Amino acid sequence: MADNHSSTNVVHTDVAGYHDLVVSLRDQGFNMCIDVTAVDYLTYPGRALPDDVTRERFEVVVNLLKLDGVERVRVRCQVPQGNPTVPTITDLYAGADAAEREVFDMFGIVFDGHPDLTRILMPEDWEGHPLRKDYGVGRIPVQFKAAPGPR
Amino acid sequence: MTATGKDVIVGADTGEHSQELQDRAETSTTEFLLESGAVLRLSESEAARLSEASAGTEDETMIINMGPQHPSTHGVLRLMLELQGETVIRTKPIIGYLHTGMEKQGEQLSYLQGQTNTTRMDYASPFFNELVFCMAAEALLEVELPARATWIRMLLCELNRMSSHLLFMATNGMDLGAVGMMIYGWRERDAMLELFQNFTGLRMNHNFIRVGGVAADLPADWRENVLRILDVLPDRLAEYDTLMTGQPIWRGRLQGVGVITPEEAIALSATGPVLRSTGIAHDLRRAAPYLAYDQVDFDVIVGTYGDSFDRYAIRLAEIRESMRIVEQILHQMPAGDYRVQDKKVTPPPRARIDESMEALIHHFKLFTEGMKVPEGEVYVAVESPRGELGCFLVSDGSAKPYRMRIRGPSFFNLQTLPHMMRDGLVADAVANISSVDPIMGEVDR
Repeated sequence: MADNHSSTNVVHTDVAGYHDLVVSLRDQGFNMCIDVTAVDYLTYPGRALPDDVTRERFEVVVNLLKLDGVERVRVRCQVPQGNPTVPTITDLYAGADAAEREVFDMFGIVFDGHPDLTRILMPEDWEGHPLRKDYGVGRIPVQFKAAPGPR
Repeated sequence: MTATGKDVIVGADTGEHSQELQDRAETSTTEFLLESGAVLRLSESEAARLSEASAGTEDETMIINMGPQHPSTHGVLRLMLELQGETVIRTKPIIGYLHTGMEKQGEQLSYLQGQTNTTRMDYASPFFNELVFCMAAEALLEVELPARATWIRMLLCELNRMSSHLLFMATNGMDLGAVGMMIYGWRERDAMLELFQNFTGLRMNHNFIRVGGVAADLPADWRENVLRILDVLPDRLAEYDTLMTGQPIWRGRLQGVGVITPEEAIALSATGPVLRSTGIAHDLRRAAPYLAYDQVDFDVIVGTYGDSFDRYAIRLAEIRESMRIVEQILHQMPAGDYRVQDKKVTPPPRARIDESMEALIHHFKLFTEGMKVPEGEVYVAVESPRGELGCFLVSDGSAKPYRMRIRGPSFFNLQTLPHMMRDGLVADAVANISSVDPIMGEVDR
C-alpha cells in the first residue's frame, strides 16, 4: 500500500533530550502536533529499538505533521517507571494540551510545566491509571454461580 | 446517616472540581490564556495584566454550566463559561462523560474483533473508524488488497461522509432554531442509513470493513439503490440552500461568529472542516491519498473567514463533492474479489468448511487464536468527516493489539472552542459548538 504512513520517520529520545528535539522538529517545519499518546511496555519489554536507546517502561509517542507536503515524524521518548515525568510541549504546540492531559489521566505520566494537568476523561477522584498494563480490565459482576470473579 | 452523623446524599456531589473552570485567583496565567482563547493573541505578560485588571470585576462575572445535558451540545459535552453580562470571557470544555475505556478494550479484542469496537467511537461515521483500524492492521500484516475491496471501502466512506454531513445539517439547523431543517436532514440521513442496511445488514455500527477487505460483496441491486439517492439529493440540497444558505437570518446567525485564524487552527491541531474553513486546503484524501482517491476527481473545499458560516458551507459543498466521487465509483467499480485470498487473514466461506479439512482448520484457528500480526508499530490516518482520524497500533506479534490508540478529530477540534467563544455572545455559543460538529463518542472513546 502506497499510503501516507509509509513516509513516517521515527526519532528516538529520552526525557532529557525530548523538549529540545521537539523544538528542533518544529523549527524544521513540523507545524502541527497531531497526537500525543503513550505506550506502557510493562509486558512487552523486548520491542524493537535501536541499540543506543535505553529501554524504559513507558514511551511517550508524539506524532507531528508538516502541513506543507504532509510529512510526518513520530517521536518516541523513553520514560522511566521510577519518575514518569516529561517536559510539556504545550509551550510549542497549544494543541497538545488535551492530549497530554489524557496521557496523564490514562498512564500517570506527569507533564512538567503543563498549565492545567488534571484528569480529563476519568473522574477527578479516580484511583489508578487505566491504560497501564498492570491495571485490571474490570468486569461487571453477574449473578451466576460459575461466573468468574472480578479481575 | 453515615458514621459521622452527616447526611450524605449519594450522587449529590457531581462536581469535577479541579477539572472545572476555576476562579481567576486559582487560575495560572497560561491556563487563563488557554481558557480565554488567547494562545496566539496575547503574550503571557499581557494576559497577566489582563487577568489582574479584570480580577476586580470578578463579582460582575458569572460562571455558568452549559451541559452535560443540553440538547445543543451534541451528546454529553459540558462547557463552563465565564460570562460578563451576555459576553463570554472564558470557556472550558469538560469531557469524559461518555468515556467507556475503548482503547483499553481494544487491547483485549483480537484483530478480527477490533473494528466492532472502533466502529462505535464516532457513531456518525462508523465506516471511517472501521477503515482506519483495518488499514493499520493491514499495514502491519503487509497484505495487498484486491481492487474491488478498495473501491467498495471508498464507496461506503463517501456515502458515510454524506450521511454524516447530513446529520450535521440537521443538528446545526436545530441548534439555531431552523427546526424544519432538522426534519429534512434526518429524512435524508435515514435514506442513507437504509442504504447502509441494504449493504451491510445494519444501519449503524456495521462491522463491515474487515481486515483484508470487506465482510461481503455489494448486493446485486446496489447501483439502483445508490442512484435512487443520488437522484433525489441534488434537489434536496437545493432546498437547503433556499432554506438556509441564502437566508438573511441564517447568515446573520453564522457569519462572523466563531472566527478562528489559520494560525490558531494549526496551533490547536484542528483538522477537517474547522481547519479548511480558515483557508488551508488540507485534506488527506488529496494531500496523502489512501484507498483509490488518487484515481477519482474531486475538489477540496476551503473557506475564507474561518467562521461558523464557512464551516456550514464547507460541509454542504462536501456533500456535493462526495456525490461526485460516488458517481465516479459507480462507473469505475472493478470486478473481482472483495477480500484478500490469504488463508491466514480471511476466514474461508461457509460452504468450504463442509468440504475441506484445511478450510475447517483455518476457520478454527482464525476464530480461536486469531491472526498473528507481525511485531511493529504503525500510524495510519484517514480524512473522516470531522478531520484527521488516526490509528496508532503497536503489535507484539500476538493476535491482539498491544496498544490501540485512536486519534479522534473531535477531541482536538474541541480545543478551538475557547477561541471561537471569546468575546462572543452566549447565544452564539450554541452556533460555535454546532459548527465544530463534535461527536462525543469519539471525544471520550
